[in-house]
Amino acid sequence: MLRPRIIPCLLIQDGGLVKTVKFKDPKYVGDPINAVKIFNEKEADELIVIDIDATAHGVEPNYTQIAKLAAECRMPLCYGGGIRTALQAKKIIQLGVEKVAISSAALENPQLVTQIAEEIGSQSVVVVLDHKSRLLSKHQEVWTHNGTRNTKRSVLEVAQELEKLGAGEIVLNSIENDGKMKGYDLDLAAKLRAAVHIPITILGGGGSLEDMASVVKTCGVVGVAAGSFFVFKGAYRAVLISYPSAQQKDDIIYSALRAR
Amino acid sequence: MITIIDYGLGNIQAFVNVYRRLHIPVAVAQTAAQLDGATKLILPGVGAFDHAIERLDASGMRSTLETLVQEHKVPVLGICVGMQILANSSEEGSLPGLGWVPGCVRSFKSVPDLTDLPLPHMGWNDVASLGDNALFKGFEEEARFYFLHSFFFDCEHVQHRAAMSSYGLEFSCAVQAGNVYGVQFHPEKSHHFGVGLLKNFAEL
Repeated sequence: MLRPRIIPCLLIQDGGLVKTVKFKDPKYVGDPINAVKIFNEKEADELIVIDIDATAHGVEPNYTQIAKLAAECRMPLCYGGGIRTALQAKKIIQLGVEKVAISSAALENPQLVTQIAEEIGSQSVVVVLDHKSRLLSKHQEVWTHNGTRNTKRSVLEVAQELEKLGAGEIVLNSIENDGKMKGYDLDLAAKLRAAVHIPITILGGGGSLEDMASVVKTCGVVGVAAGSFFVFKGAYRAVLISYPSAQQKDDIIYSALRAR
Repeated sequence: MITIIDYGLGNIQAFVNVYRRLHIPVAVAQTAAQLDGATKLILPGVGAFDHAIERLDASGMRSTLETLVQEHKVPVLGICVGMQILANSSEEGSLPGLGWVPGCVRSFKSVPDLTDLPLPHMGWNDVASLGDNALFKGFEEEARFYFLHSFFFDCEHVQHRAAMSSYGLEFSCAVQAGNVYGVQFHPEKSHHFGVGLLKNFAEL
């Protein structure tokens, strides 16, 4: 049985690990390499690492840091941040990263998805769609540049277009739910699952294993990602990196799949 | 000495790291001369089938590899696309494969009734070994590995199937023909399951 993927999503700023709320107020939570070592020990399904400065500041990906992360990482790694060309994507794959994530650049130049897919294969091209709705609207639109620019385009429409162009996976990332730990946007997740034929991962709002199980109950075998849930503990958000045990995943997440 | 074939595809460093942690001597070959002294070979690979064959040709290592594997019977383990190019051909490309394990590589998409299957097949799936394949020696029943692919190996002879997995259909996720081994999944990214498999290969 193919299993749902439970994925820590780590944000990097100035070389350090941070966690945001609604894409704002980054709080320093530690050293990325140290976090990777802990997730190795816990046997995490996969890791997503996003450099939130690279795109916003228009700088090159930090290849030295990516190489260190890839060498340390004993699970599949998806890296995003600052990738604007197929050449950059290829270079990152050669450093030992399994998948590259693009966001702003894919929205500005959708052909880039095709170019990258031709270079490294569709299976390694991940598109991250940061989304939120406008005031008094339920319509979810795609935002870029770390949630500062609204493309005014429907998230489902963009997902379908980029799938056709060669994306191998869509990561749906709710700006409104980021850091809130109050649950995922299940409605949008279900709509995305029905709209595309590639793997999807849902991110934004995960606060418990039960929240993650709800995504699996709604969508079946998908990726379920979270940030805060894996780096904070308790009401005062003390920094403590954790990951569920194989038994916990089986009891709560896989059982939700079996019950579908 | 385990030698990892670096022809520009795949995560070479991940294999080096696994073997260093196991204290098993490991080397990386980028030229035919560097294949000298190899007692085991690992052939990684990601991306498209034809591209992998072209890169292997361009590396200048192909004919030495063929001698080592086919004449000297040095055990070789192909990984992901490195496994697929062991076949005779692939629906993904037009170039012939190495032909070390008879079979062809097929697309999940070309299988009737599987048109709604999300592709690529991405994530952790169960792997059931067949017979007493040495790669899976000492494995618990629920061995699972990380997969990332849209094409699968279709063996011409059932006796070359070493392990099966299920995604839409049952497919050979590991193959073996004599000294030639191949796995579709990524042992280098499959935690203790993958370490166990790579250790078994080293101890063949």
